[in-house]
Amino acid sequence: MLRLEKLVKTYKTGDQALQAVDMEIPEGQVMALIGPSGAGKSTLIRCINRLVEPTSGNVYLGETELTGLSSGALRRERRRMGMIFQEYALVERLTVMENVLSGRLGYVGFWRSFLRKYPQSDVDEAFRLLDRVDLAHMADKRADELSGGQRQRVGICRALIQNPALLLVDEPTASLDPKTSRQIMRLICELCKERGLAAIINIHDVALAQMFVQRVVGLRFGAIEFDGPPDALTPDVLTTIYGEEDWEATIEKVDDDDIEAAE
Amino acid sequence: MSASTTELETLIGKPWKKPPFIKRPWLRWLLALGFVAYLIAAFLTIEVNWSRVYEGLTRGKAFVLAFTSPDFTTRSSDIYDGMLESIIMTVAASVVGIGISIPIALGAARNVAPLPIYLVCRGIIAVSRALQEIIVAILLVAIFGFGPLAGFLTLSFATIGFLSKLLAEDIESMDRVQAEAIKASGAKWLQWINYGVQPQVMPRLIGLSMYRLDINFRESAILGLVGAGGIGATLNTAFDRYEYDTAAAILILIIVIVMALEYLSGIIRARVQ
Repeated sequence: MLRLEKLVKTYKTGDQALQAVDMEIPEGQVMALIGPSGAGKSTLIRCINRLVEPTSGNVYLGETELTGLSSGALRRERRRMGMIFQEYALVERLTVMENVLSGRLGYVGFWRSFLRKYPQSDVDEAFRLLDRVDLAHMADKRADELSGGQRQRVGICRALIQNPALLLVDEPTASLDPKTSRQIMRLICELCKERGLAAIINIHDVALAQMFVQRVVGLRFGAIEFDGPPDALTPDVLTTIYGEEDWEATIEKVDDDDIEAAE
Repeated sequence: MSASTTELETLIGKPWKKPPFIKRPWLRWLLALGFVAYLIAAFLTIEVNWSRVYEGLTRGKAFVLAFTSPDFTTRSSDIYDGMLESIIMTVAASVVGIGISIPIALGAARNVAPLPIYLVCRGIIAVSRALQEIIVAILLVAIFGFGPLAGFLTLSFATIGFLSKLLAEDIESMDRVQAEAIKASGAKWLQWINYGVQPQVMPRLIGLSMYRLDINFRESAILGLVGAGGIGATLNTAFDRYEYDTAAAILILIIVIVMALEYLSGIIRARVQ
């Protein structure tokens, strides 16, 4: 469904964020991308929808090659890739509904979006999604009035209303408490299952990732160090990804309270 | 470990001071003494003609006393016409100026516009800011003749330099991720501006527009002095005729209107935040 071939990103400063990454994600698979800060996780998912331009290599979404697309064609392909952000990235001065509907911008014309006259089917779908995440009653609140967990749920609605085939999820739980983190991860994984979506989830919290995903890829210095099922993450593997540390507490099934400490 | 322990021992028990901005002491003292010497020398060059000041004091007193008995009635139709002209000039120039400023501000924000457009828009802003209002007004009065048209054009032109620059700076300092999220949904450029950028800069745009309206009104009183119409022309005439009571009435009206605008902009800014 998604295939990366020798994807390289070298920043202008000379930092090699990605070194020839090869990866394939089949339809409907939820994958966690782990690795230390600066390993290139964020760069990797931003190179897929070209918020960051890759230096070389290819990205195939289905049959379409993304890196060579013109800006118009890229916009059309971006509709098939929903993105969920660290710190939510909602437009804070817009209402919850406007934020959700902004996921339809790739489908509606400028004047419709400017006048907020979205097709009824889009509005209905927005309410259905908001109801699915228990936020239908908040539709007309401004985004900056919501709590962190609520904001991230709006972010999830915004990504899903695009009707994507793939979710790119960047640190969805980075600024949430342990309980909300679990709820958000569970919600993302459930929704992926319901809709048969593939997802790449960047995540720092190894224990949380192990709980929910089917596959884990470990990135270190922009190269893949590990690729396998979550229960194959042994202390040795974590040491090759992150460096020397006592990993026992991280891999054990942990209580809610311990999750943050396990980071 | 032991090396740092001995280093620590040399530090313990000594007072700590913030490192000076200029490290070399002789340079620091030289600059300070030079500044003081310059200040004294500068004051010594000011020549005051005390007998002239004494004469002027009576005229100044007449001027200040006129504020106790402002004359709104004698020239009321002139004041009314001038005021109306100023207000029309101000509102028209603000609307046109702001309308032109917004696209230029977008072009002058490096995170929104490509380099060639950025350079052109920054160039326009630099020209507008380099030319002082009075100079532009004198030029435009020479071209279009006396009257409010020259004033209107001057204020519109000045608004562009002011508003575009400050709005562009606000766009440049916006939260990049919010805009990125809109881009990731496949939005077109205009949609991206409308959803990702506009909500972030709207309070600043409204605040700056209100402030500029206020400035334009005050400027319109000055522009009359060089023949560009408005209440300034009436004010100038009053001064020329030594009608300080009428001049005082005009100044009081200007102050009241500026204060009303200030109050209004406070309310509006509190609402849009």
